[in-house]
Amino acid sequence: MAEVTLTDQNFDDEVLKSDTPVLVDFWAEWCGPCKMQAPILEEVANEFDGKAKVAKLEVDENPQKAQQYGVMSIPTIALFKGGEIVWNAIGVQQKDTLVRELNNAIG
Amino acid sequence: MADIHDVIIIGAGPAGLTAGIYLGRASLKPIIIAGPEPGGQLMTTTDIGNYPGFPEEINGPELMDRMTKQAERYGAEIVQASVTSVDFTKQPFTVVAGDDTYQARTVIVATGASAKWLGLESEQKLRGKGVSACATCDGFFFKEKDIAVVGGGDTAMEEATFLTKFAKSVTVLVRGAESDMAASAIMKQRAKDNPKITMLFNVETQEVLGDTSVAGVRIKHTDTGETEDINVQGLFVAIGHKPNTDFLGDALELTKGYIAVTDNTKTSVEGVFTGGDVQDWKYRQAVTAAGLGCMAALDAEKYLADHPES
Repeated sequence: MAEVTLTDQNFDDEVLKSDTPVLVDFWAEWCGPCKMQAPILEEVANEFDGKAKVAKLEVDENPQKAQQYGVMSIPTIALFKGGEIVWNAIGVQQKDTLVRELNNAIG
Repeated sequence: MADIHDVIIIGAGPAGLTAGIYLGRASLKPIIIAGPEPGGQLMTTTDIGNYPGFPEEINGPELMDRMTKQAERYGAEIVQASVTSVDFTKQPFTVVAGDDTYQARTVIVATGASAKWLGLESEQKLRGKGVSACATCDGFFFKEKDIAVVGGGDTAMEEATFLTKFAKSVTVLVRGAESDMAASAIMKQRAKDNPKITMLFNVETQEVLGDTSVAGVRIKHTDTGETEDINVQGLFVAIGHKPNTDFLGDALELTKGYIAVTDNTKTSVEGVFTGGDVQDWKYRQAVTAAGLGCMAALDAEKYLADHPES
């Protein structure tokens, strides 16, 4: 399954009301490290198809949610479960880290 | 029994990827283990004007994207994982990355250098909450804010100049005197000429103030001994880089933290080569890293030819 594209408008429905854990990548076009994160997230999205959601929020066009969650450094990756952040990290995250955190959240 | 590869390259910056291009073209099917900062230092750089072949300048991430594609095109396999330990005491060499263990007859260490932090507790607490080491990533979040940049080298000058696109004011905190600054004349002048930039010399950054976001920075004027709290909402740290050798343990000899070399690329272990900023304390340019990566690749290739599989 491809990653879900988030906006300020669909964030609540796609993330907070999701039945499965959601990994949210806060990114922007001008952020170099974010580009290195992208293919890693794609692999994770494929691996967790049906078990968890991988979603991306472009901070430039969607400043409200980035601000609401206090994002001041990208890439920031946050893992949501039941509408709450259960894990987050700044900087490029390797696949094994993301897989571990997702498995923890799925339980 | 796991496959024994001809060559494993650790690191995916200009050195590692250039090595990958050469070894790929030599049909040696190199494995490149990208590590925690794929692309390396150039991923946080904007316009590069000193890499030959790009008269219109090229931005760092795009240059690295091109190098990555070039390496892959010639058969290099790039693995997104970080090396946690190595065993260079016996052939084949062993490299552990996450849950995977790789074996190879030669290894090229091209792990580069990473941005240094000041080492303050308050700095680490507020990382991502106003403290950053990447102006190009995070400058956007400081629109119309007052911010400070610590450092006196070219990176600090570049970051300060870049940040004026967003910030209301940028104060550059330089530890030494103006005459001792590491920055090149052209970069320093560009920063000094910028009306939004103020430079403070002989100041030590002592603490980042604030609980959940940056509320200021405490500095000490080293000539008078006085401390002062400056009112900023962001702090960008640009105080240089340190070579990434922690994962090596005592596997290779180091000199002042950098991998010790003989004949440009040979490490203390026969069959283990190195290129780029992890061994180069002096030049540290994208083009010199690429050059050293090429040299390491050619030397690894020769080693493999001279030591055929038994």
